[in-house]
Amino acid sequence: MDRFANRKNIVLLMILAVSAGLVMRLFYLQVIDTSYKLSAENNSKRIEIVYPARGLIYDRNHELLVYNQPVYDLMIAPFELQEFDSTELCEILKIDMMRLRSGIRRVKNPQYRREPFLKQISAETYAVLQEKMHKFPGFYVRSRTLRKYSREIAAHLMGYVGEVDEKMIESDGYYVMGDYIGVSGIEGYYEELLRGEKGQEVLLVDVHGRVQGPFQGGRFDRNAVVGRDLVCTIDAELQEYGEKLMKTYKGSIVAIEPSTGEILSLISTPTYEPSLLVGRPRTENYIRLEKDTLEPLFNRALMANYPPGSTFKPVHALIGLQEGVISRNSSFSCVQGFYARGVSVGCHFHESPLNLVEGIQNSCNAYFCNVFRNIIDNPDYSNPAEAYNIWRDYVMSFGFGSTLKSDFINELTGFIAPSTYYDHYYGENRWNALTVISLAIGQGEILTTPLQMANLAATIANKGYYYIPHTIKSIAGLDTIENRFTERITVPVDTANFSIVTEGMDLAVNGGAGSTARIAQIPDVIVCGKTGTAQNPHGKDHSVFIAFAPKNEPDIAIAVYVEHGEWGASYAAPIASLMIEKYLNGSIDPGRKWLEATMLSRNLLSEQ
Amino acid sequence: MKDRLYIGEIDWIAVILYLTLVIFGWLNIFAVSYNNQFRSIFDLSTNYGDQLIWILTSFVLIILLFAVDHRSYYYFAYPVYGIAVILLLAVLLFGTEVNNARSWFRIFGVNFQPSEFAKLATALALARFLSGWDVKIWTWKSMLTVSLMIGLPAMLIAVQPDWGTALVFSGFVLLFYREGMPGWVMAMMTFFVGIFLITLLLVPADLVIMLVSIAFIVLALLSRKTKHVMVSAAICIVFYFTTMLLTDVLPIEVTQYEVILIALALSTIVYLILIYKYKLKRLLLVLALLSGSIAFSYTVDYMFHNFLKPHQQMRVNILLGKETDVQNVGYNLNQSKIAIGSGGFIGKGFLKGTQTKLSFVPEQSTDFIFCTIGEEWGFVGTTLVIVVFVALLIRLLFLCERQKSKFARIYGYGLLSVIFFHFSVNIAMTIGLFPVIGIPLPFFSYGGSSFLAFTLLLFIFIRLDSVRKVYVI
Repeated sequence: MDRFANRKNIVLLMILAVSAGLVMRLFYLQVIDTSYKLSAENNSKRIEIVYPARGLIYDRNHELLVYNQPVYDLMIAPFELQEFDSTELCEILKIDMMRLRSGIRRVKNPQYRREPFLKQISAETYAVLQEKMHKFPGFYVRSRTLRKYSREIAAHLMGYVGEVDEKMIESDGYYVMGDYIGVSGIEGYYEELLRGEKGQEVLLVDVHGRVQGPFQGGRFDRNAVVGRDLVCTIDAELQEYGEKLMKTYKGSIVAIEPSTGEILSLISTPTYEPSLLVGRPRTENYIRLEKDTLEPLFNRALMANYPPGSTFKPVHALIGLQEGVISRNSSFSCVQGFYARGVSVGCHFHESPLNLVEGIQNSCNAYFCNVFRNIIDNPDYSNPAEAYNIWRDYVMSFGFGSTLKSDFINELTGFIAPSTYYDHYYGENRWNALTVISLAIGQGEILTTPLQMANLAATIANKGYYYIPHTIKSIAGLDTIENRFTERITVPVDTANFSIVTEGMDLAVNGGAGSTARIAQIPDVIVCGKTGTAQNPHGKDHSVFIAFAPKNEPDIAIAVYVEHGEWGASYAAPIASLMIEKYLNGSIDPGRKWLEATMLSRNLLSEQ
Repeated sequence: MKDRLYIGEIDWIAVILYLTLVIFGWLNIFAVSYNNQFRSIFDLSTNYGDQLIWILTSFVLIILLFAVDHRSYYYFAYPVYGIAVILLLAVLLFGTEVNNARSWFRIFGVNFQPSEFAKLATALALARFLSGWDVKIWTWKSMLTVSLMIGLPAMLIAVQPDWGTALVFSGFVLLFYREGMPGWVMAMMTFFVGIFLITLLLVPADLVIMLVSIAFIVLALLSRKTKHVMVSAAICIVFYFTTMLLTDVLPIEVTQYEVILIALALSTIVYLILIYKYKLKRLLLVLALLSGSIAFSYTVDYMFHNFLKPHQQMRVNILLGKETDVQNVGYNLNQSKIAIGSGGFIGKGFLKGTQTKLSFVPEQSTDFIFCTIGEEWGFVGTTLVIVVFVALLIRLLFLCERQKSKFARIYGYGLLSVIFFHFSVNIAMTIGLFPVIGIPLPFFSYGGSSFLAFTLLLFIFIRLDSVRKVYVI
């Protein structure tokens, strides 16, 4: 005998104690606790997901833009299936027998048990089916909602709702197979607010699939929480008008309210009707749109990188003034171009010499080459690269070269080359203002998005600050929108300098001979604007225009891009002025109806 | 010494208990699969037909087992263990993937699960090692060796991944305890496993309240000066309730958890003074254990909430049978409880069960076979099954203790440990007393490999027992 032999008693005690514990628990479960003794013999339960209604979206004037319509998914409870008239069911649902058979076979696999047999049955079919439901034991209907749009506008801005994919399910425990999720635009960015919170009902059903009541007194039930309604910042009238104007052009319009950063309209054309990406035809339509060579799914307002062209000249003027390398009265002469040490930049014919205000008014290339040269070759700095970095910091402070952190998922950054880019290309200290002179006229290694250009217009309108452009004005049940949209971002340039540039932009529209954008004049409103032509190596240049109005206390700032429209004044400026007029006056002056008609009648889509 | 078969020496009580379990088990598998299309009990397309073949196969194997020289179990213990480890490695490389786990070989249409046989091999190897004449279990060297012996197969099984079967190897602690592992180690292990589970199953704050209460009772018993304990407990309770009441009024954010801990810290000061004054060293131990377990519980809770992603947390919760999610998964345990609970006192009758027929209970003929017993045979049936298991375990305990051979005794305890672990954990998980870790009920659950492995495990011991009078290794 060993000295641990007595431990067999402890082992025996453990066996007896554990077994006694099991028996006691079983006694409780099987004899005392009656909650598991279900009255009907063949009771089982069914979990119903209760889908909350998705939040509604209103425009800034509280016009309802996006709402929900009910649709019905036909589900199968595999164990409750009994013999039924399959021909009749196929007729009601307008499907063939093969589809029915494969659907039933599919739900026998537990993996697909919670998936609908037939998705999104129309209300009409449902009406017929509902009366005959009792003939099809094992089938039941789950109601869902789909998006519906009161106007077929703002597809890119609103975004669309799709079904979750496996990756999403894996990374976010909230979603299960078959759930809907906002994919892009407002639907995507504000998904968590719009979706609400799913609920569930656990029901007791008998063998015939008839609901007997809540399971265990509804202990496992959860109420659904309805999604939050959003008021967005867009003006539906203006958005619709802009889309109408742009219908025959490739391009983009972004209009912002300068005093708040609210986006009044955001247009990217060619666009598509938002209702195309709803419901059963969504996948098919999506593929079709994706294949379209005009790229209707591409949101140009946020993602197209264009050189800004002459619309960038005001930025140079502001930086030059702030750095003290030019003043309001600095004048430079132009001999139909800028020529220095073998570098030449051409210009159109105008009076010479010009001061700063006139330089902006006439959009003189030579003038801004001189301004840019003064900035970069500033003797205050040890070398051009250092001065360039100062210049770049100013430019970036306007929101260029990075995303504006707006409430879009797919905003792009544009491009402002860092000095190392040129160091790498030309060698350190082997480049100066003349080497990169095309930046002076907004060409070269500089790319901006329409959203950034509209933000520039808003910054000039505010004389030195902006609010991050955003699409949401208020959220039902919450006091505020995200903080960053209500914080003023100041640009390091004095207000007085902005006044000088504003004068130039006023004259560009409302001046005499030599003004580049006289076509943008609106009766009784002072529009300040700047035209531009973005060079395009793939075809005709793009027509660009940025503007704000009225000059004092501006209500709207706008950027318009019309691809292949060549001169700023030929398409972008007229369209921008019509947008401004529409927004400020509510209608187009009879004297300018011809302009509206011209813009509507032309078509650049076929050109390339 | 001659190896002869002493039929008269076979322990027929154990054999009859075994047969009782096997027959009752098969009837329940039959009940699960039974439906109107019943053809023949040998119908191989059904679980019960398949299982019957396995049962008959194992009877043949038992005869073979008795034909083999009993000493070979001692001599071949290490080679068998080696083969088991190789098979476990092989299954990771060449195994068939079922339900995201590589646990199976598929040979000639027959599924074979090496992990079931690894338990047997490990029991043999442990017995061989610990029966060495100069081996004392509670030394660093021995503990390291046995830990490796257990750890290697357990780890290989865990990476399949099959955590349930890997955990079975922890059951060998019972064997170690019998062979001389100090009692306090056993007690501490049970204590911390308990805290681990309770932390995940309950709200940590509730656990802390429980621990603190237990500590107070122990302190009261130890110090025998109820006055001191009362003072300290009063401080704790008064502080706790005032703070809880004040949290509604005060602007500060305090969780229940933090309040308890602060209250505890305050009363600990009182204790420390007492300990210093009266030199009560045992009080210090109680306090250390209390704070140790709270820290442990907090760490478990913290790791759970900060290191696991939400969906992993949900999986753990589902594993623990805690979370009730919308996708049916969390309802497994609930369904199992419904099935057992609906059986009532005498059950619905053989073949009359409904819950276990409609696939509401997952794995109903394997890991959740106990549900069928509960539903069709009621409390009477479940108790009877437990009684037969206990009878078998007690009989095995008795057989172990009558062995002269250390090898046979230790092997017997290994067998006892494995069956006890499977039996208690399997039943506990179907009635919500233990996380659902998915291990079979010995001799009951459908599955050839596990049935065969349990039978071999048992009958090797019965074989060793049958020669106890001549066997001295």
